[in-house]
Amino acid sequence: MEALQNKARALLEAGTVQVVIGYAAGSDPERVRAVFVRRPEQASQLIFDARCRQNLATYLLKPEVRALGRPTLVCVPGTLRALLQYGVENQLTDEAVLALVVTDGSVTELPRFAAMEEYLAGLPRGLTPQQQAELDRIDGLTPAERWAFWSAELQRCVKCYACRAACPLCYCARCITDVNQPQWIPVSSDPLGNLEWNIVRAMHLAGRCVDCGSCADACPEGIRIDLLNRVLAREALQQFGAEPGFSLRKEYALATFKPDDKEEFIR
Amino acid sequence: MSPGSELRILRTEALGELFSRLTASGHRLLAPVRRDGRVEFAEVGSPQEVALDYIQTNTSAKTAVFPRYEPLLRFRLRGKNADVQELPPDTRPTVLFGVHPCDAASLATLKAVFTWDSPDPYFERRLEQLTVVGLSCTRGDAYCFCTSVGGGPGDTRGSDVLLTPLDGDRFLVEILTDKGRALAAAAPQLFALANGEQKENRLAKIAPRFRLEQVAPRLPKLFDRTEVWVEQSLRCLGCGACAFVCPTCSCFDIQDERQRYDSVRLRCWDSCGFKLFTLHASGHNPRTRQSERWRQRIMHKFSYQPERLQVLGCVGCGRCSRACPVDMNLAEHMQALAEMSP
Amino acid sequence: MAAFEPKIVAFVCNWCTYAGADLTGTSRIKYAPNVRMIRLPCTGRIDFMLILQAFGQGADGVIVSGCHPGDCHYTAGNYHARRRWILFRRLLDFLGVDLRRIHFAWVSAAEGAKWAELVNEVAATIRELGPYDTFPKRLACRPEAVEVA
Repeated sequence: MEALQNKARALLEAGTVQVVIGYAAGSDPERVRAVFVRRPEQASQLIFDARCRQNLATYLLKPEVRALGRPTLVCVPGTLRALLQYGVENQLTDEAVLALVVTDGSVTELPRFAAMEEYLAGLPRGLTPQQQAELDRIDGLTPAERWAFWSAELQRCVKCYACRAACPLCYCARCITDVNQPQWIPVSSDPLGNLEWNIVRAMHLAGRCVDCGSCADACPEGIRIDLLNRVLAREALQQFGAEPGFSLRKEYALATFKPDDKEEFIR
Repeated sequence: MSPGSELRILRTEALGELFSRLTASGHRLLAPVRRDGRVEFAEVGSPQEVALDYIQTNTSAKTAVFPRYEPLLRFRLRGKNADVQELPPDTRPTVLFGVHPCDAASLATLKAVFTWDSPDPYFERRLEQLTVVGLSCTRGDAYCFCTSVGGGPGDTRGSDVLLTPLDGDRFLVEILTDKGRALAAAAPQLFALANGEQKENRLAKIAPRFRLEQVAPRLPKLFDRTEVWVEQSLRCLGCGACAFVCPTCSCFDIQDERQRYDSVRLRCWDSCGFKLFTLHASGHNPRTRQSERWRQRIMHKFSYQPERLQVLGCVGCGRCSRACPVDMNLAEHMQALAEMSP
Repeated sequence: MAAFEPKIVAFVCNWCTYAGADLTGTSRIKYAPNVRMIRLPCTGRIDFMLILQAFGQGADGVIVSGCHPGDCHYTAGNYHARRRWILFRRLLDFLGVDLRRIHFAWVSAAEGAKWAELVNEVAATIRELGPYDTFPKRLACRPEAVEVA
C-alpha cells in the first residue's frame, strides 16, 4: 500500500498524470470505493487489498473524469483486460492511460497496451475451480429446475441498470433499453422485461466480457448475473477461441466466423 | 408517548393468533422475511416467517402503495374506435407489519407527492387500505441516519400501531390512530393493558450524522457551485439503485406496451439518476452530466420537496448507501455539505 | 373445447427458405398450418431479440431457417447467424428455456419437401408439449387482468 501511495505521489508531483484513479476505504470495513486523487497529499487515501474488485476502467469514458486530465489507473486483471478491449474497440488510444498493478505490495507500471498484454500473459487463465463448479451446478439441474432458479433470481431484478453502469464494456451512448421506437425491452420490472434485459445484456457482452464480476457486485439485489456472462464467455472461448481483453487482436466472435464453425442443432 | 395513543402489551406468542384473525378477515399481511441472507418484504401467513430482528430490508415497503409497475388501462382498437378499460388497483386490505419508523414516516412524503395537485387514485386507494404496524428499532448500523432528518428509532409518525420489543417475549404497543384501533379490535383479548413500561431505553442509539438545519438553508446557494457536485459525484455511475431502494423516491415513467390492437398503459419506477430521465423530445437534455443529476437528487430531497410540499424527501433509512455499488454515502455527503466553508 | 393448436413463428430468409416454402406450396404439398412466416432478407439480420419477441407475444414455438452455409445470398450472413445462434441457444439452455420449442434449419429454395417435413415435425413436437405457458408474456398479450409487483 505504501508503495502505491508513494508511486501515486511521485507521479502527481512530476506531473506525469493529473489524476490517480484507485480505491479508498469505504463506509464500512467490508467496502472500498473509487477515489480520484489529484493532489500528492491525498495519495495516502489509496489502498489496495482483496476488497478492491470494482472495474475502474469504466470511469475512463465518463466526461467528468476525462476532464480531470491524464489518468493513471489502479488495475486488477479485469481492469487491464477492459483497457485492452477498449483498445480493440477504439475507445482508448495506446498510452492514454498509465496502468498500475499492485502485487505483494510492490507496484508495476504498465504504460502501454503491449505491456498490459505481456503482464496478462503471465497470469493464469480460465475459470477458477469455484467458478467452474458454480456453472456445473446449474448445468446439472434439469431445464425445469434451471428455469425455476432463474425465474426466482430475475424476479428480484428492479431494472436499476447498476449492472450496465458498472460494466466497463457497456458504454453505448444510447443503450438498446433506451430506444423506444420500438421499445424492445419493456422498461418495467416485470417478468418479461427482466428476462429480456438480462438476456440482452449477456448477449451484447458475449465475446467481449472481461469477467471482472463488477456487474454482480453492483447488483443491489445480489442476483448472480455474472453467471450468465461467464457461461457465454466459456462458450465463446470453447467454440470460437474468443479471449477478450488479453490482446489487441481485433476478433470479435460475433463479427467473424469460420466456414466450418461446428454445431449440432441446425437441421 | 404520543398524546391520544393508547398503550398496551402484546405477547410475542400472541402474534400467531393476531395474524390468523387478520388473514381470516381478508387482510393481506406484508412483513420482512429473511431469505438467502437478505431481508425483504413479502406476503406472509404466519409470524414464524417474519424477521423481527432485522436492521433494514434491501428494498423498501413502498411497493405496498407504489408498486414497481402498475397497469393503469387496457385499450383495444376496433376500427376507428378504442375500447378503454380501466384497471383498478388491487385494494385488498393490507397490513404492513414490522416496518421500522423510517419506512412508516416515508408514507407522508409519498402522500404529499401523490396528492399535491390532482389526487392519484391508485396511490390513494392503496393507502386507504393500508394499516401500518411499525416496529421500533433496538439496533441500527453505520448507515442509519433517521435522527439527522427529524426521525428516530421509536418515532410514531406514519404508524397506526407501533410495537417496541420488551424483554424478548413482549411488545409495548402504542395504538395511534383509528386504523390502529380497528386492528386491535380484531383481537382485543390479545392486547393487555400496559403498566408503565417505557420504550425509550429499548431504542437503538442513533447519533445524528449532520444537522439538517445547518445544511438545508445552504442548498439553494450551493446550486451553482458546480465543483461541489462534480466532486461528490465523480464515482457515481448513474444507475437507479438508490432511487429504487428508497422509500421516498416516487418518480415514475408511463409506458404504453402496444400490440397491434391490444395495449396496456402502465406506470413503472424511474430514476432521476438516469441520463434519459430529463431527455426532451427535442433532443435537449438539461442534465447531461452526472454531477447535475446528483445535485438534483440532493436538492429535490432536501430543498425542493420541503419548500414545495412541506415534507422532507428523506427518512434516513440508509438503503441508498447500503445498495450503492460505488458507496455514495448520502449521509457522508450531507455531512460534507454541512461542514463546507460558505 | 378445441384441441390445442400451437402458434409457431418462423423467421426465414427471403432467398432460400422463403422461396423453398413457396415451392412447397406450388408443389401442392400439404403441411401443418400452424406457422406464421416472417420474411427477412437474410438470417444474418435475425436479431435474437426477435425470437424473444415471438415468445413474449405468445408463440409456442419458433423456427429459424435460412440458406445452407456457403449459399448465402449475401455471402456470409448465415455464418454470422450460426455463431449468434450457438451462443444464444447456450444462454437459453442455461436459463432453463425449453429448447424443444426453438428449431434451427437450413432450407434452400429447392427444398420444398424439407420445409413441409420440418414444419410438420415441429408442429407435432410443440403440439405435444402444449402451450408455452411458463414463458413470460407482454402485458398486452395477457388476457387476464394483470397483476402488479
